[in-house]
Amino acid sequence: MILVRLFLAFARVGLFTFGGGYAMLPLIERYIIEEKQWLTLAEFTDVVAIAEVTPGPIAVNTATFVGYRLAGVIGGVVATLGVITPSILIVMTLAAMASRLKGNQRLAHVRAGMRPAVVGLIAAAVFSISRVAYSDVRSLLIGLAAAAMMFWAKLDPILVLALSGVLGAVIFSLT
Amino acid sequence: MAEPAQRPQASLSGLFWTFFRIGAFTIGGAYVMIPLIQKDIVDRRGWLTRDEFIDVLAVAQTAPGPIAVNTATYVGYELRGAIGSLVSTLGCVLPSIMVITLVAAVFSQVASMRVVQAAFAGVRPAVVVLILSAVIRIGKPILRSRLDLVMAALACLAVAVLKVAPPLVIIAAAMVGVALKTGGGAK
Repeated sequence: MILVRLFLAFARVGLFTFGGGYAMLPLIERYIIEEKQWLTLAEFTDVVAIAEVTPGPIAVNTATFVGYRLAGVIGGVVATLGVITPSILIVMTLAAMASRLKGNQRLAHVRAGMRPAVVGLIAAAVFSISRVAYSDVRSLLIGLAAAAMMFWAKLDPILVLALSGVLGAVIFSLT
Repeated sequence: MAEPAQRPQASLSGLFWTFFRIGAFTIGGAYVMIPLIQKDIVDRRGWLTRDEFIDVLAVAQTAPGPIAVNTATYVGYELRGAIGSLVSTLGCVLPSIMVITLVAAVFSQVASMRVVQAAFAGVRPAVVVLILSAVIRIGKPILRSRLDLVMAALACLAVAVLKVAPPLVIIAAAMVGVALKTGGGAK
């Protein structure tokens, strides 16, 4: 049945992607496009473009899109559940283990070692996203405006995103 | 370190709507979530301490699957157990499901409209600023020693320049932590 196959195919993508985001693209390409042929490469390029301008993880967006195309709204929901089910099970297990080991000295060392690395990873995201985000003077100006909203006016981050979107719509479509 | 103060109880509907809001604005990658969660869940509601949030992020980036989903699942579990996980994750992915279904059903042209692309080109520079502010807010209390700074710099370099996969970096950092017995008697 198509719903079961959708669920399993996307569960496989979810299970074998490490590092999130664009790490999923080659898996989707292999499992969904080459093996199942549920999507052409051109359609997939469109989905990625859509995923970039819509909220949410790229894997969830692709799952919803492919599922909808194959089996309507239910298909979209089932494919999405497929892609997130391995995550939910694995992360819940890890969370339960971590809370049972509370106070464990070795876990404390593990965490103290991981914390600075996580800060480093977030900093790395700043570099990699900057490279695509700041392509010209206009995007630099929007970045400066966002910094003023964030650090000086101390606006809510969601409001900063929304206002920058409006700013972008005005600046980029008029110039 | 002192035991954390009694944390405010998170309601399931509070969790759902918080992650729905965050999910609706997770544009351009899961890292956008970090400043949003930090502001909403750590600073404003006090549901998690900064250290707890950093531990959640470490697991979210190491486990398979979308980082945003992993983060929502873990935060939900910390606050309200298994049911909290499901509610948070559902809230986080529902905006995507709704938007993509709408796009696939009706407006496949919307995404290619000039004004929509212009708006998202405007969001991206702001995303960088938001993530940068999260690095500062989260990094300040975490990076206490010279060793911490070196570890953070190496992790950043490994991912940004050498293109090492993030889960490998986190696992390596955990091993360094055990080997050097970092953190002393801290929680």
